[in-house]
Amino acid sequence: MAEKRVLELALATPGVDAAGNAMRVPLVSAEHTAQEPELDSDHMLINIGPQHPATHGVLRLVVELDGEVVMRVIPHIGYLHSGFEKLGEYRHYNQIIPLTDRTDYLSAPANNIAFALAAERLMGIEITPRCTVLRVIACELSRIISHLVWAGTTAIDIGAFTVFLWMFQERERVYNLIEAWTGARLTTSLTRVGGLMADLPEGWTGRLREWCARFPKTLDEVDRMLLRNGIWLGRTQDVGVMTAAEATNWSLSGPMLRASGVAYDVRKDQPYLGYETYDFEVPVGEKGDVYDRYLVRMEEMRQSVRILLQALDRLPDGPINADDPRVILPPKQKAMSDMESMIHHFKQVMEGVPAPAGEVYFPVENPKGELGTYLVSDGTAKPVRWRIRPPSFLNLAALPRMAEGHLLSDLIAINASVDIVMGEIDR
Amino acid sequence: MSGAATANPSVAALRARFGAAIGRSAVVHGATLVHVARDRAHEAFAFLRDEPSERYDYLVDVTAVEYRDRELPLEVVYHLRSIPRNAFLRVKIALDRSGPFEVDSVVDLWQGANWLEREVWDMFGVRFAGHPDHRRILMWETYDEGHPLRKDFPLRGRFSRAEQVRRALGADLSAHYSMDELSIADAYGELPADMRQRLKGAAAPEGKGRSS
Repeated sequence: MAEKRVLELALATPGVDAAGNAMRVPLVSAEHTAQEPELDSDHMLINIGPQHPATHGVLRLVVELDGEVVMRVIPHIGYLHSGFEKLGEYRHYNQIIPLTDRTDYLSAPANNIAFALAAERLMGIEITPRCTVLRVIACELSRIISHLVWAGTTAIDIGAFTVFLWMFQERERVYNLIEAWTGARLTTSLTRVGGLMADLPEGWTGRLREWCARFPKTLDEVDRMLLRNGIWLGRTQDVGVMTAAEATNWSLSGPMLRASGVAYDVRKDQPYLGYETYDFEVPVGEKGDVYDRYLVRMEEMRQSVRILLQALDRLPDGPINADDPRVILPPKQKAMSDMESMIHHFKQVMEGVPAPAGEVYFPVENPKGELGTYLVSDGTAKPVRWRIRPPSFLNLAALPRMAEGHLLSDLIAINASVDIVMGEIDR
Repeated sequence: MSGAATANPSVAALRARFGAAIGRSAVVHGATLVHVARDRAHEAFAFLRDEPSERYDYLVDVTAVEYRDRELPLEVVYHLRSIPRNAFLRVKIALDRSGPFEVDSVVDLWQGANWLEREVWDMFGVRFAGHPDHRRILMWETYDEGHPLRKDFPLRGRFSRAEQVRRALGADLSAHYSMDELSIADAYGELPADMRQRLKGAAAPEGKGRSS
């Protein structure tokens, strides 16, 4: 029965009816498919990756195939394991921030912020209003650049090359903005505990406004190309379905969870950085297939632009760093000319900032899903435990559940739809 | 922010149901944490998931903490969330230094625990009884320096650089495959006998390093 269904799928071509709804047009008559000869039923075991463009990083999949149908998927991870969590136990809190860049390297500013927020809660530091709004801007820019990479690479996996070029062009424009702000493109190290590494350069907000005005047009163009495209619909609809109950039970998060119809967004349900004061919607899917994940992520980018414009409107003046000499370094001029400031600077850099004993789990809504930072301190300047709750690790864990029973080519589409980044999975 | 210092009512419900099996509880930085005895932890998790007043349907994270103070027990930490109630609870199981580092797996309750528990085994050497696929996950199957996130594991690894290179060059690459993947070859009798024996025996992998 299952084999018959797969044969029908394989021998059907997707199309759209007059109303624009997806439909399947059989290539051959039903009698013909019923007479398909019984094929040799040996299963085949194939290896995909770790060096394979369609695995989006150093992911290795061992796949058991019956013909072209995936019977089993065994993912192997760890090729990029760098022991960040171990390393963090030997670093001061501010020294950990460059490590967070390298976890989910497609949205480094958001990771920096996630860690800084957790450390600040642990130390009881209040950040300034300007810093809060600037962090919201950085978070939403990260969401957009991460989703752009997702859309581009997923489209290329499914065979739409143009989307990749358009998306990466926009991403490059955002990277120019981030580079102007932080001096780096990928590894931004944007935050410090209690503030930011730098304020915005002159004219930056104007450039961001210009970009915000132009960017949704690119999204509309991509939607026009994919939303009702027969090939796109056929490759994504009813592929890799996760129901709401399954998605919850498998601990999916972010767009993966919301595409399955669970309206959980950390920004709405456990607001941080004042997200409760912004006016934005959380898109939710219905079926939880690859197509819904596409719709959810595209809408999230539009909502991010809305948040960006609101943040730009309310961006207050003032300092970016908290007025807290425990964690904030004195100004460089003072450190070079004033004895006390120099001692202060020296002690802070050499000894670090002790955090009171305690523990904090701080979740943030990262582009990939819920990024949790679990920090345990014993009162010293280095954490006892720095745990990253990696969203794409948990999303990828559901890949066998989603892909088994589908065609091999659907496995590629499903894997792309998970939006994994191995730096975060392996840490 | 849920900064209120009131304890999550789930702790009282757990105490009413499990009595002495529920240990110390506290509110730390706005989040409630509760200690549960190891032998009744699985029951308590099932209660937290299924009881209509609790409904912790989402397992956020499973991890472990080892303190620098060698007197303190190693803790397995579960973060639970109820999406319908928007509630959050941290459950800890303290594992005494003398006893075996083993707890019951919760994969039967939350599928999301599968890889998380494998990672805790890989990094801390805590075994999860009843786990359907109890293998290392970030390190490779034949890794025998122990469990990297334990405090007695040196930052640069247990072996010297030269020893690591020597072992890498002499490694049997096929040993990185699990029995699961080689089951087809096994069914056709194509596996060398020694490999077959090793993989079958590796159903309960135990690091040769110092795993207490």
